[in-house]
Amino acid sequence: MFKNFFPNKILSFSNKLFSFLIVLMLLFVFVGLIYALFLSPPDFTQGDSVRIMYVHVPASFMALGCFGFMGIASICALIFKIKILLLMAKSLAPVGSVFTLVSIVTGSLWGKPTWGVWWVWDARLTSMLILFIFYIAYISVWKFVDNYEKANKVSSIIAIIGSLNLPVIKYSVDWWNTLHQTSSITLTSAPTIHYTMLIPLIIMLIGTILYTLIVFLMRYKTEIMKFKLDKRNKEN
Amino acid sequence: MFLLLVSILVIFVVLKSLEENVVYFFSPTELYNKEDIPSNKKIRVGGLVKDGSIINNQTSINFIVTDLNNEIIVSYKGSLPNLFSEGKGVVAEGKLKDKKYFIADKILAKHDENYMPPEVSKILKKTKE
Repeated sequence: MFKNFFPNKILSFSNKLFSFLIVLMLLFVFVGLIYALFLSPPDFTQGDSVRIMYVHVPASFMALGCFGFMGIASICALIFKIKILLLMAKSLAPVGSVFTLVSIVTGSLWGKPTWGVWWVWDARLTSMLILFIFYIAYISVWKFVDNYEKANKVSSIIAIIGSLNLPVIKYSVDWWNTLHQTSSITLTSAPTIHYTMLIPLIIMLIGTILYTLIVFLMRYKTEIMKFKLDKRNKEN
Repeated sequence: MFLLLVSILVIFVVLKSLEENVVYFFSPTELYNKEDIPSNKKIRVGGLVKDGSIINNQTSINFIVTDLNNEIIVSYKGSLPNLFSEGKGVVAEGKLKDKKYFIADKILAKHDENYMPPEVSKILKKTKE
């Protein structure tokens, strides 16, 4: 059943390539932060408190993106019986959950000076909290369920059901009246964020994606080795 | 299994509190059209602060919230968030006195999805005039 394992590909992930990724990521994040904190302009409404956006938005994107990947991987694993995808999803969950927490915390820090409150139970914020809970549930299954196949099944169900929350999060600001503002970057219209702020944001986003990739690969390698070790132990 | 049940319970509680807040506020038009608002229930109205409508009394501050279709007068005692200003978004939480008058006990500033440096905003304002 593990015909689609790619252990050789992963375990021979040469240190050179990995180091290159890390250096690239550090470059993007460093340049992004310089722009975010110093070189980019303050906002005409929010002043300097807008600078939290350069961390909050990439974190939010990753929070959603990681869970989306986990959901798709779980469905594909179910339909096409590609078991390796479940291991990939398992490897992505921790970094995704951390980014969800970062999104919520930075959002809260941003909300206090701008909106006047740390938290409101509007659709956007609440659905993000629900996403975090789904992440925790997913990770908890792997921690507390001993049977590997059972953990696979339950966590996949959590990933698939939790994915239904993703369009809710994305469109919550359009479907309902929310305190959180609508999207500044959409697929259908021009961005409502000035290029002097959009470019640092994109730099930070690329840096964040690279970071996620690096942490995912490290985790994935560990998970595969752990799996092989467990398999060998069971056979003995 | 236990943790799963706990998570489901938490989600249920969260969703329940979401029910009241899924629509986080009503616009003045929605309030105007709404039939069944008990005068003692805490609700929120949101929109733009109408230009020139902010009146500072000694005891309270009055301003008009508009959605460019309908408007409602809001009265509030207390400190305002930094971003509260004319022409900008606001969400007032409190009770409806009647269809025209809203007594707020909490004011939140709402900002829109536009991000730009102050210089660009000034240029845009000039070209509008």
